[in-house]
Amino acid sequence: MSSHHHLVWNGELTTRLRLIRRGMYLAAPGMLWILLFLALPSLLLIVVSMTTRGDYGQIEWVFSPDNFTRLLGFSSYGWSADYLWILFRSVWVAFWSTLICVLLAYPLCFHIANRAPEKRYFWLTLIIIPFWTNLVIRAYAWLLVLAPQLPFAKFAAVLGIIPEGSPLYPSAFAVYLGMVATFLPFVAMPLYANVEKLDWALVEAAKDLYAGRARIFWHAIWPQTVPGLSVGITLTFIPAMGMFVVPDLLGGAKYMLVGNLIQQQFGTSRDWPFGAAVSLALMVLTLVGLRVQRKHSGEGGVA
Amino acid sequence: MRRFHWIVPFTAVGSLVFLYVPLLAVAVFSVNASRFGLTWQGFTLKWYQRLFANEQILEAAWNTLFLAGVSTVIATVLGTVLAIGLKRYPWSRRVYTLLDINLHLPVVTPEIVFAAALAVAFGLLRMVFSVFEPGMLNMIIGHVTFQVSFVALVVGARLASISTDIEEAARDLYADNAYIMRHVMLPLLKPGIVGGAMLAFTLSLDDFVISFFTAGPTSVTLPLYIYATVRRGVTPDIHALSTLALCVTVILVMISERVTRKTNKE
Repeated sequence: MSSHHHLVWNGELTTRLRLIRRGMYLAAPGMLWILLFLALPSLLLIVVSMTTRGDYGQIEWVFSPDNFTRLLGFSSYGWSADYLWILFRSVWVAFWSTLICVLLAYPLCFHIANRAPEKRYFWLTLIIIPFWTNLVIRAYAWLLVLAPQLPFAKFAAVLGIIPEGSPLYPSAFAVYLGMVATFLPFVAMPLYANVEKLDWALVEAAKDLYAGRARIFWHAIWPQTVPGLSVGITLTFIPAMGMFVVPDLLGGAKYMLVGNLIQQQFGTSRDWPFGAAVSLALMVLTLVGLRVQRKHSGEGGVA
Repeated sequence: MRRFHWIVPFTAVGSLVFLYVPLLAVAVFSVNASRFGLTWQGFTLKWYQRLFANEQILEAAWNTLFLAGVSTVIATVLGTVLAIGLKRYPWSRRVYTLLDINLHLPVVTPEIVFAAALAVAFGLLRMVFSVFEPGMLNMIIGHVTFQVSFVALVVGARLASISTDIEEAARDLYADNAYIMRHVMLPLLKPGIVGGAMLAFTLSLDDFVISFFTAGPTSVTLPLYIYATVRRGVTPDIHALSTLALCVTVILVMISERVTRKTNKE
């Protein structure tokens, strides 16, 4: 494997060094671009998270762990769980939104796979369209649907859930609606790829052995759909934790998530060091999430 | 056709209704004559006419297309050669792993963290180079960063399905590197490159978070404009604009389905 020895690579007589050099010319521009504008800035985020905010919102290069103790709730006024609560709530909302999406995606995929082949294309397009529709538009569309003049809010007012003439947002309920609507196509599309190719002989076999519906699903269907499900869960849970548009428009200050907290620090609060610290916390949560997901998806999982 | 418990079709159709009710509501109110509020006052197309007279919206539409076009061209070139360089050369295992992690970074990093990192990086770069003021340049750089990796992943997948035998055959016929790239690799990779470019273009059109953190006052895109407007309240102009955007999405989805079905057959 020595570099000056000649070798034949895809029919070309060359040396390893020459090949690597050519590979580098091709890969370097894109790699450097990502390195320069994402990898290095992420490291920079770690440095900035340990600096201090100046009086005018500038970064003071005075290093301290204060931003992290603040995130944990310690301040000169004593301890408060506000920030930890926001972090916890983000994981909680992402978890339940993902679960609801999975529960809705299975029947949806079964139903589509059960259509005649030439009609499946139409049904599948019905999922692909919301997938590609702009997120801001979709979140706003919910804002409109939940407005006080429309039947949903009126109905809730009749039931006494909300006062007469007020909208169903901002609320946790509205955030969940927005989240599930946003991410359902993200779970359904990869899951469908598996459901369409499902080996129904296994289901028939389970039926012949008098398995009940739950056992048929658990032993004959679920294992076959793990790869697609795993992709769908990753595509949902990770972005849901950092979601900013949906909680901002539908949850407001009442139901703040970590994405809003980060945006606030880079926006109105102009506290980049604290914003960087919160971003790192979200990054850690993401890595933990990917870890857990990878472990549970087993060998069949594609992450 | 299998027979499922009634709950399966019920939930399936229910889910689709759930996905489409808000979008239909926007479309309905886009032709409602009432200026304020959400009560039905009769049919009109005046909100659509007003869109084309609104300078801000026209400028935002232009910015959106310009940003998507420029960043897609850059990302498609960089991403394609990146995929070839990474997949077709004898990297050592360790170097390959490092490069692969770098390539996947934009895909696994939460958007908002990505945006925060960019904001900090541009903030510091600004101290040295004044061109990094929030605006179109920063937005293009940000968009290319996530597009490059999606293009490289799509092209890389296509590359995996092309046997190295073809390259070897060309080499045996005395083709040089440039000739192989131009006349062998690129034509074979074309479906992957087109698919990657379409994905990159759509991701750019749809992006909100990265743009939100890097835009300046003169580089507002349509998603940013809609967001800023709806935060101030309900306006019929936005319903018309959103409905148009929705129609464009439907058309793009149809076209891309056609294209992918055609290239799959080839």
